[in-house]
Amino acid sequence: MNTNVETFKYDNRIVRAFAIATIVWGIVGMAAGLLAAVQLFFPEANLNLQFITFGRIRPLHTNAVIFAFVGNGMFTGIYYSLQRLCKARMFSDFLSAFNFWGWQLIIVAAALTLPLGYTTSKEYAELEWPIDIAITIVWVAFSVNLFGTILKRREKHMYVAIWFYIATAVTVAVLHIVNSMEMPWGWMKSYSMYAGVQDALVQWWYGHNAVAFFLTTPYLGLMYYFLPKAANRPVFSYRLSIIHFWGLIFIYIWAGPHHLLYTSLPDWAQSLGMVFSIMLIAPSWGGMLNGLLTLRGAWDKVRQDPMLKFMVVAVTAYGMATLEGPALSIKSVNSLSHYTDWTIAHVHTGALGWNGFLTFSMLYWLFPQLYRTKLWSIKLANYHFWISLLGMMFYIVPIYVAGVTEGLMWKQFTKDGFLQYPNFLETIVHVVPMFRLRAIGGTLYLLGMVLMAYNLYRTAKSGKFEPETEAQAALLPRGRETGVGFHRLLEGKPLFFTVLSIVAILIGGIVEVIPMYLIKSNIPTIANVKPYTPLEVLGRDLYIREGCLGCHSQMIRPFRSETARYGDYSKAGESVYDHPFLWGSERKGPDLAREGGKYPDAWHFNHMDDPRSTSPGSIMPRYSWLLTQALDTNSLPARLKALRKVGVPYPDGFENGPAQQDLSAQAARVVQDLKLGAVTAAPDREIIALVAYLQRLGTDINLAPAATPVAVK
Amino acid sequence: MSVIIILILASLAVALTFLGGFIWAVRSGQYEDTCTPAMRVLTEDPAGAKPDPLSPKHSKKP
Repeated sequence: MNTNVETFKYDNRIVRAFAIATIVWGIVGMAAGLLAAVQLFFPEANLNLQFITFGRIRPLHTNAVIFAFVGNGMFTGIYYSLQRLCKARMFSDFLSAFNFWGWQLIIVAAALTLPLGYTTSKEYAELEWPIDIAITIVWVAFSVNLFGTILKRREKHMYVAIWFYIATAVTVAVLHIVNSMEMPWGWMKSYSMYAGVQDALVQWWYGHNAVAFFLTTPYLGLMYYFLPKAANRPVFSYRLSIIHFWGLIFIYIWAGPHHLLYTSLPDWAQSLGMVFSIMLIAPSWGGMLNGLLTLRGAWDKVRQDPMLKFMVVAVTAYGMATLEGPALSIKSVNSLSHYTDWTIAHVHTGALGWNGFLTFSMLYWLFPQLYRTKLWSIKLANYHFWISLLGMMFYIVPIYVAGVTEGLMWKQFTKDGFLQYPNFLETIVHVVPMFRLRAIGGTLYLLGMVLMAYNLYRTAKSGKFEPETEAQAALLPRGRETGVGFHRLLEGKPLFFTVLSIVAILIGGIVEVIPMYLIKSNIPTIANVKPYTPLEVLGRDLYIREGCLGCHSQMIRPFRSETARYGDYSKAGESVYDHPFLWGSERKGPDLAREGGKYPDAWHFNHMDDPRSTSPGSIMPRYSWLLTQALDTNSLPARLKALRKVGVPYPDGFENGPAQQDLSAQAARVVQDLKLGAVTAAPDREIIALVAYLQRLGTDINLAPAATPVAVK
Repeated sequence: MSVIIILILASLAVALTFLGGFIWAVRSGQYEDTCTPAMRVLTEDPAGAKPDPLSPKHSKKP
């Protein structure tokens, strides 16, 4: 055996940096969420500022809590535990710092660009292409640092947590690259390379696996490290943790289509996603039980120790969310839950319970370690626990009630066969009291977060930060016991190049293959479906900028309750020119897939200026700036060219003249129509383009001679 | 729908990478011992090298 004992130092500075960032961004992200929540019952809370209106603040909230709060939390835990599990300092201090500052810059960029309306509109992947590139670079730096540390480890056995970190690093890179394929048409603006149903499938393959590999696997790694630490007990069954890991990662990646049940995604893909989703219960619950059983014989500690309290709720919330997820993936359950607030309640069980509470537990444990002191106030931490738990309940329970209520009201028919609530507004106004309760819950949760920040600040003040912790370990006997060729191949330096080249090949290959490959398959199956006109393209980009899909879906499911309310169900062939797809995932307002022609232009104009003038009680914000801001027509050629590149068949040279003429003519027609409704508007304002787009939605198919007449309510 | 081929290939690439990792882990004896790794986590901190100034409640040492 090698007895060559080495002395080395763990880097605590990077851990502290990420820990502070976690707290700061956590408060920012949750405050943004609260602002969004308040606007759902008090739309004026946007102060009539476009930058903080719901459609723009919602993606800011989701990005901030996922990538800034949980992201930094994950890095905090990984940078702390990985060094100790590997008995090695991080591979490169430079890469650690690069990872930290790069990540914070990305977050700042997100916090600036999302309120400004720069968004791809793809959920949890809203950031535009330059930021996407930055994310890729920083993620590769993190991965190299991770693998480098693993390679120079002084402990032969890789603890199960490390496996979870590896899965995170590898999979997030692949997901991010595949989903972020976009064609830039300007600095900060792009169109998705995929269209319609293809874009939807890629997006939710990403979206689901972002939950799996960004919010779940790294935090499971943290659970397997920090739970035994906090309880001072080994994990209940190490064997089960190994099965948990391998079972989870092999099943997770196939479950994405459950986000698209009853949409125009082919049925077999939906069923496949559903089957894999249900299978996920097994490894998830294995992991949850493993976590809870670790506390067997230590429940007396749970009573006293706030860290363990947080941990118990976190693991329980993981269990609840992973039971509910498969349940929601069953098609018949999903037919009720989809588009309602039930989904919001589900994700917040996971986010507030699992990610939030586990982060709190970890930080309460970590700060006394880093500062070589005791926690400043156990009592305050207990207050935090109960306030946050209460906040969570006040958040989740009303939203469950709201979700089920919405689903049932949308589907309710009278005895005579008419919709009981034909006006969508009735259903949303009915649950507004629940939105108020939810905001109270969110406030409590945020308050708890502030208490923690203060407690940890005082803890830090009371101790002395230890920038480096000295440790000793023997060098790993390399290639002796483990001298299999396969092992060497994996362990040698080539691994870095393998990682880097896989990333490069993925990007290169996808950029090459996708456009030519997909364009062919995008030939419309419905002859009447034509590309958007230039004015409609601009209007659609405004729809994306304002985040309309945060509240309005464009996907009518094949149920009687939906076709009676919105019109014929959506066909895959109708969205072949939609780069990106705008099916949405949530209805706070009615579906807009067949909005075209339902109301006169003037109605839309007045409705956008003040929704409550046309729809009393509406919770939609005013979009009065659309009436005054000039339409950006200068970038039209760039937009049309980019769309042609991704496969929309605009004729060559269309953007040099004909498009502009077409645009002016259509704008003049809209202005003419508005006059009929006693509205005077200039043809060069943004509202004109948006009205043109809304009036086009879902109308193409009705031109077909075979189209069946539908009852429009 | 042909994009599903790309997704399946990407997913398979990830899955096969993990399969390789799994085979490596088993063959190199990562899972021969399923007992001590769980214990080692609790004692791996170099606190022994220093006096342990932590609150007894949160100490790693019993």
